[in-house]
Amino acid sequence: MTESRERHVPASLVWGLGMFAVLVAIAIMAPVFLSDAANTLSSESRAEPSATHWFGTDDLGRDIIARTLVAARLTMLMSLGATLLSVVLGVLIGGMVWVGPRWLRETTLRIVDSTVAFPALVLALVIAAILGPSASSAVIAIGVAGIPSFARITSNMVAPVMGRDFMSTSRLLGVPPWQLFARHLLPNIGGPLLVLIASSFALSLLEISSLSFVGLGVQSPDYDWGRLLNEGLPAIYSQPLQVLAPSFMLIFAGVAAMLTGDGLAQRFDPWGTQPAAHRSPNRVIARNGNQTASLVEVKCLRVTAANGTELVRGIDLDIASGEILGLVGESGSGKSMTAMALAQLSPDSVTTEADVMRIGDIDVLSFRNRARLAREIGLVYQDPGTTFNPALRMGTQVTEVARVHMGLSRRKARQVLVDGLRDMRMRNPESVMQQHPFQLSGGMLQRAIIAASLVTEPRLIIADEPTTALDVTVQADVLRQFKKINEDNGTAILFISHDIAVVQALCDRVLVMKNGEVIERLTGDELSKGKVSHQYTRELLAATPKFDVALDRRSSKGGGA
Amino acid sequence: MSQPRPNSKAPTRRIRGWRDFFRSPWGGFAVRRVGGLILSISFLIILTFAIVPLIPGDPAIAILGPGATAESIALMREKLNLDTPLVQQFGTYLQGLSSFDLGTSFHYQTPVLSTIFTKLPYTATIAFGSIAVVLVVAIPLGMAVGVLTRGGRRPVIGTAFGAIAGFLASFPAYVAATILILVFAIWLKVLPPGGSAGPTTFVLPIAALALGPTFAVARVVRQETYGVLQQDFVRTARGHRISNSRLYIRHALPNLMASTLTLTGLILSGLLGGAIIIETVFSLPGLGLEVVQAIIYRDFPVIRGIVLTIGLIAIFINLLIDVVLGLIDPRTLGASSHD
Repeated sequence: MTESRERHVPASLVWGLGMFAVLVAIAIMAPVFLSDAANTLSSESRAEPSATHWFGTDDLGRDIIARTLVAARLTMLMSLGATLLSVVLGVLIGGMVWVGPRWLRETTLRIVDSTVAFPALVLALVIAAILGPSASSAVIAIGVAGIPSFARITSNMVAPVMGRDFMSTSRLLGVPPWQLFARHLLPNIGGPLLVLIASSFALSLLEISSLSFVGLGVQSPDYDWGRLLNEGLPAIYSQPLQVLAPSFMLIFAGVAAMLTGDGLAQRFDPWGTQPAAHRSPNRVIARNGNQTASLVEVKCLRVTAANGTELVRGIDLDIASGEILGLVGESGSGKSMTAMALAQLSPDSVTTEADVMRIGDIDVLSFRNRARLAREIGLVYQDPGTTFNPALRMGTQVTEVARVHMGLSRRKARQVLVDGLRDMRMRNPESVMQQHPFQLSGGMLQRAIIAASLVTEPRLIIADEPTTALDVTVQADVLRQFKKINEDNGTAILFISHDIAVVQALCDRVLVMKNGEVIERLTGDELSKGKVSHQYTRELLAATPKFDVALDRRSSKGGGA
Repeated sequence: MSQPRPNSKAPTRRIRGWRDFFRSPWGGFAVRRVGGLILSISFLIILTFAIVPLIPGDPAIAILGPGATAESIALMREKLNLDTPLVQQFGTYLQGLSSFDLGTSFHYQTPVLSTIFTKLPYTATIAFGSIAVVLVVAIPLGMAVGVLTRGGRRPVIGTAFGAIAGFLASFPAYVAATILILVFAIWLKVLPPGGSAGPTTFVLPIAALALGPTFAVARVVRQETYGVLQQDFVRTARGHRISNSRLYIRHALPNLMASTLTLTGLILSGLLGGAIIIETVFSLPGLGLEVVQAIIYRDFPVIRGIVLTIGLIAIFINLLIDVVLGLIDPRTLGASSHD
């Protein structure tokens, strides 16, 4: 792999543009030098390929290669005309609807939508029918047929730009609409638009050729590639090269456009040049034999991103059975990465290494028994809105572990989960099981996933910012559920949050993380009394309002290990 | 609507009457979709009507040519109903449509509707046949490549697929058709080059029509696979520690289908355009071949009828895609298309 990681011009763009350059050169040069060979009738009708005629001749004795190359000019000019027509009018319509009043936008987009549904060729047939078959009517037909999709896509691209601050500011300042369009909208959508124009040019080329091919475009004696293909078809048995030559050119043009479009897309896609993840096997170090009382033991955990950035820099942590350990820090401090590494759920793009990482007797670095992992570790995630699969019903998802790993029947699993949801004080759990995630509130979803994580009676629950996406009142309720689980079942919890107030109300011990390192270790009591030593922790405390909901902490529970 | 069983599997929306139906997601979808349908069909009717009035100059002269006698021009104006005001012409057109009277072909002197009925089966077969082929081949193929090459794995497969699929996706249907005829009908002599002699005549047209879109869609599916595999819910599913096949088929596939169908709806209805063109290559006596002839002969009743029919098929394909989308991912039922 010699691919550099810097953003540079993608290879496909270079190739695509190179092929286009070849086509343009042919279009300019061929008619100058080859017109005679292409148009002069000779007696050598349908000659075999020879030194003078590499691809042979057509029925009127004209050189096939010369005709194919000369046809490039007309083909490309017509495509250019049609593309210009679609781009100019389409972008104008799609952009202007956003600077006009709302009703105009709604009406225009409705009409555009109802036309986008039809294949471009249908509109092209209508225009060919109105104007009669000719080269110019083919250009207008394909050009006009391309307008709706340009209008649609421009409008879609403009929509998010319109929401940005600078747009509302310029509007307030009274910048006239056309100036808004030219100065602010166009530059913002320029990149994607280029991609579109490239692919639209190719599409126009192929569609105009298809009209010529069926006899609705260029008329004899003029010829483009479509017309040549059409003329070659009757002779396909005796002179197959006569259809192969224009076919080759059409494919060549199609590939050129595809490469250019792909290349431009990569160039303008901010995510397009992410380097491939460098995979190295997780390093397994012989773990030391002494079994302490702690349930979870992590020594020197290191998580490295594909580009070499250290996300977690060798942290140690341990959690006793029945203990709630808090992990706080701002976003990007490495706390979620730590949690996901412990759950063996790190994204593909990162590398995880540790001297020791175990949960009970499970060596997380090498353990591959899915069923046991599923039973021992309960997982609760940050954003209930994206945690669930939007396409599946709740019941299917929350009963999955019970059905797959505990061997419960569908009916039994459903019953267990309905009871679990009811324990989470969810109303109508039977109907919740039938619903799709988008029909439920964030609090309901979060309670559902907590209920689901409890089915296996796990020894450890890893909760990654489980309350962040929730309303304050719902937050308190979910926190009480965690506390209750911990007290009733003695389940250990690794509780991750950026909200130090939430953590101090719930946790026995707290680790403060920053830049992938643990910078302070505290007990919950120390934290709530403000006995912190590190400046950063003090800032975190000062930045958060006090969390007033009493969670009925048991002060007797020790900060073990 | 039948009364649900007392302790049934508890549908959350029990539909007891029309009012409830309109409040249910599918009811709302139906209301919105019928609105869209009316709009699309109105557009189609106005478009087909406008063909004749929009002809530059006198349509009658355009049809008959400059050498026509005054008498035959008057007769043609009579036939096209050109001497009445535009609104009245449109009224007559609508009246004809409402009684399924599409007029009489200038060329064949037969009712347009019967022409359409004899030609439609050919076009419908190759269009829907190739849509089926595209979906059945492209989705598993794109997904398999997406899974194999996720996160930059197996770069050789990724690059090879990208090159081959990109190359094949840029084959226009009529070029593919020409080359398939050369290879399979002329050189290998295993399939008929065209005509209408039994089921084998449809093999090459469907293959030619499906070739480009299959690989275009497979490219989209591959890209979407990467996106879906990065979603939070896939991590949740991995947290359930299920097998890979269950992860991909049960969790990833439905979401993949939803985004793929949304993105490729236009490719699929655009395939109809390809169907019109390639009938010429295979001398398949369908709507496409007929409408091209009609445009050349300036046979406007036939043009109007066939454009109307093809437009209705396109609307039907779009509706079908939306219904399938709704079944896969009910969120799309409530989605407003823009704003």
